[in-house]
Amino acid sequence: MCSEEVLGEEQEIVEEVDLAKDFKESGVGEILDELDTSLTGLEPVKTRIRETAALLIVDKARRKLGLVNEPLTLHMSFSGNPGTGKTTLALKMADLLHKLGFVRKGHLVSVTRDDLVGQYIGHTAPKTKEVLKKAMGGVLFIDEAYYLYRPENERDYGQEAIEILLQVMENNRDDLVVILAGYKDKMAKFFESNPGFRSRIAHHIEFPDYTSDELLEIAQKTLKEQHYKLTPQAIVALSDYIRLRRDQAHFANARSIRNALDRARLRHANRIFNESIGLLNADQLSTIDDVDILSSRVFKGGIDNF
Amino acid sequence: MRVTQGAFSFLPDLTDQQIHTQVQYCIDNDWAVSLEYTDDPHPRNTYWEMWGHPMFDNPDAAAVVYELNECRKIHGGKYIRIMAFDSTAGWESVRLSFIANRPKTEKGFRLSREEIRGRSVRYSITPYSTDLPEGERY
Repeated sequence: MCSEEVLGEEQEIVEEVDLAKDFKESGVGEILDELDTSLTGLEPVKTRIRETAALLIVDKARRKLGLVNEPLTLHMSFSGNPGTGKTTLALKMADLLHKLGFVRKGHLVSVTRDDLVGQYIGHTAPKTKEVLKKAMGGVLFIDEAYYLYRPENERDYGQEAIEILLQVMENNRDDLVVILAGYKDKMAKFFESNPGFRSRIAHHIEFPDYTSDELLEIAQKTLKEQHYKLTPQAIVALSDYIRLRRDQAHFANARSIRNALDRARLRHANRIFNESIGLLNADQLSTIDDVDILSSRVFKGGIDNF
Repeated sequence: MRVTQGAFSFLPDLTDQQIHTQVQYCIDNDWAVSLEYTDDPHPRNTYWEMWGHPMFDNPDAAAVVYELNECRKIHGGKYIRIMAFDSTAGWESVRLSFIANRPKTEKGFRLSREEIRGRSVRYSITPYSTDLPEGERY
């Protein structure tokens, strides 16, 4: 029965704990290793996650010794620019919390304002409660959380959703973990105008922008997963692309790069389709050359469709 | 008189933790769990009032316990039962039903005897609570 493993219930009090053994048995080490290898860059975030994991393991050990009974506040806020890996990390976080037994099921329910706020009076509360119930035993990830609060419209139903959210975050702390995510400056403003949220969230994690080198690494990793490869000239072209793209409007870090790669693949497909006469081998079908990247509008100073 | 309907009714009342465990079992079997309440505990009264919709897509029983407590806030003085409906072909019926909340004092039933032709007796039971109109019973 899974609920017996969950904290907050009566547990046998032991005399000593072995942290290293707990760590090993929980399988958290694997998640952390996977985080290290699968996510490029994001060093400050990884450090914070490691610290949080240490806190969770120690807290669990303290419970075993009977030193704490209060449930730990685990609600978090992820702030950072678009495409810096907030959603990806939320998934890992859910996994981590589940492995350590802080949430019973470890599923992630990802929502935005539309899923919480209703369209007419009396519509919001049931809608928000429905989502909260669905997330119980797991993690509720609210993307672009600041849209919940719209100060310019005092009759906005977002406020109602916020109130229910705060109430459940406080009373059902051992049932679900809420992660709020969004762009940094807007999140700061949101917390400023909703002090209730600020005080109920223990962990604020900031996601830095990727450096150009990291973006290039991400691009190569993504292509490798899709069984594509770049010629040496294409790598040079791509790093030029990243350098130029950074300074243009609507730059969304890894997401922009992913989109650029999708378009490069499109041009590559078109090129070999038009040029080819005769038979093609796997190598030709999976090698992206510099012309596929250089024909992007970014090099002509224009914006490349986000 | 203690009403004994559904599962576990001869046991002491379940705690919220025990209810959670039972409900989690139902959810893990893919049964849809729902809440119903009534102030007419006659055994032939199958039409209890629904509390919200059946909860189809909550993976964790905490949601049901949460709703149960919401229901108790308003209908705490009535009978509340938890039902788990199995929709798999061949079953298509309630697999588990148990009372999760009952009034502080249960008024019990009146047994009435009616003499009919040939001096044989016909029996029927009526909950004392239904002597009062709806809304004033508990």
